[in-house]
Amino acid sequence: MKKDTIKEAVAAVGEGETLLSVRDIHVFYGLIEAIKGVSFEVRRGEIIALIGANGAGKTTVMHTISGLIRPKSGSILLGGAEITQIPAHRIVSLGLAQVPEGRRVFQELTVYENLMLGAYVSSDKAENEEMLEKVYQRFPRLEERKKQSAGTLSGGEQQMLAMGRALMSRPDIILMDEPSMGLSPLYVNEVFDIIKEINGSGTTVLLVEQNAKKALAAADRAYVLETGRIALEGKASELMDNAQVRRAYLGEE
Amino acid sequence: MSFLSYLISGISLGSVYALIALGYTMVYGIAKMLNFAHGDVIMVGGFIVFSFVSTLGLNPLFSVLLAVVLCALLGVLIERIAYKPLRSATSLAVLITAIGVSYFLQNVALLIFGSSAKSFKSVVPIGEIHIGTELVISGETVVTIAVSLVIMVALTLFVNRTKTGKAMLAVSEDKGAAQLMGINVNKTISITFAIGSALAAVAGVLLCSAYPSLKPTTGAMPGIKAFTAAVFGGIGSIPGAMIGGVLLGVIENLSKAYLSSQMSDGIVFSVLILVLLIKPTGLLGKKINKKV
Ligand SMILES: Nc1ncnc2c1ncn2[C@@H]1O[C@H](COP(=O)(O)OP(=O)(O)OP(=O)(O)O)[C@@H](O)[C@H]1O
Ligand SMILES: [Mg+2]
Repeated sequence: MKKDTIKEAVAAVGEGETLLSVRDIHVFYGLIEAIKGVSFEVRRGEIIALIGANGAGKTTVMHTISGLIRPKSGSILLGGAEITQIPAHRIVSLGLAQVPEGRRVFQELTVYENLMLGAYVSSDKAENEEMLEKVYQRFPRLEERKKQSAGTLSGGEQQMLAMGRALMSRPDIILMDEPSMGLSPLYVNEVFDIIKEINGSGTTVLLVEQNAKKALAAADRAYVLETGRIALEGKASELMDNAQVRRAYLGEE
Repeated sequence: MSFLSYLISGISLGSVYALIALGYTMVYGIAKMLNFAHGDVIMVGGFIVFSFVSTLGLNPLFSVLLAVVLCALLGVLIERIAYKPLRSATSLAVLITAIGVSYFLQNVALLIFGSSAKSFKSVVPIGEIHIGTELVISGETVVTIAVSLVIMVALTLFVNRTKTGKAMLAVSEDKGAAQLMGINVNKTISITFAIGSALAAVAGVLLCSAYPSLKPTTGAMPGIKAFTAAVFGGIGSIPGAMIGGVLLGVIENLSKAYLSSQMSDGIVFSVLILVLLIKPTGLLGKKINKKV
């Protein structure tokens, strides 16, 4: 399908309707099957948490959705349109952005340059400037440091930059892979506040986290991934009370 | 001859190394490979201009432009055919392929033009310049320095100021993250090969104008020296390649003049080894950050 057709399909998805759907994907690294048939969906306006232990396959799922890895079988639909075979660099302009694991900001480039690369697919200068202002408002630290190279920022600041960079493309849905990883408790709280804020202003969020407690508190619904399969799913509040989840992910006996 | 004139001709030779080194360093930065066929693009550029000017009698400047375009296309083609299928192969496989491409280009030239040296007609339209009574600078030297300077400034502006340039920097740092921004990595790699090969064509023409003998192996030695210059300046660094190239030319020329003309290459490589012992990443090289 043509890019504009998919964009229209995405725009037509109403509040509460399915925006992203992952259908029975199988992903391999060589002969090793990392994802063994995962399906889930994300509706417009939701925060969905995908939780799981180290090596469960969370990042693999995120990379597959963004097109960085191809699934061996299964499909990924955005606004009901198949995007499984679309190259990674075309996905962002369809309205899906990702804040990758480990932030992956461009260390050598300045904060400003990183943000503008977030808007790489948009050539509307006025709109980009407007979005930049919004990002600076949400992350005042980034504006203070806009001329500094990203490599000189603290971990928390780099996370803010990675989030701001993803917002610059004005996505319908934003994927975040462990945004609280390696941050001090203060920053962790800030990150979750920002996620709720981003969601509050109309962006759908798919959140991968190891910090299950915080993720479940922020999310509407959640999926638990265990060694490449969805082990549990449900409302975040219900999963929080689930004995199995409490034992495995919330550190309770 | 005075020290000043050795210095100036050293800068001129060094500018040519710098132009070639830029191709090595940009391709290394973005495709993370050593393109050992890069030196032979110099020779191809030389033969294209030679054929157009001496055989077909075309206008020299027009011939140079044509050579630049054709070499840019050749660079893109080499990447598509020989290197792209090896993106996820071991670096040894890529290196051997690059050496294969180098031999291929040399042999095609051998087939068409034979092994005897052709005398290349300089494309530089201006003659010697006399400054005072002592200093005589050849037109080739002046043009080489001027052209190189303009190209280096333009390239620096292009990389740092344009969207495509920023995309190149992003790809050189993190291909995956660049794709998440919507950057087409294949296209960026093609652009890099095109620019590098275009610069090699310019370098080839300048080099052949100053040292007017052209044969299929003409690109080999300047290629190796320029590669050395890129490593010397810090492989992957654009200003590093410029500084490394110019310094290498100056060191080579001064050691030829004052120490020993047979030993000059030995001296050049000794300096390289010394620099790498003291600073393994080269003059402006960044430390290689391993991804976790
Ligand atoms: N490039 C790769 N090559 C081979 N195996 C890989 C590769 N990347 C991931 N894996 C394997 O796939 C499985 C899933 O990894 P993945 O990174 O998706 O897990 P994760 O849930 O994101 O883990 P973490 O919480 O540590 O980030 C793991 O067993 C991992 O070892
Ligand atoms: Mg992960």
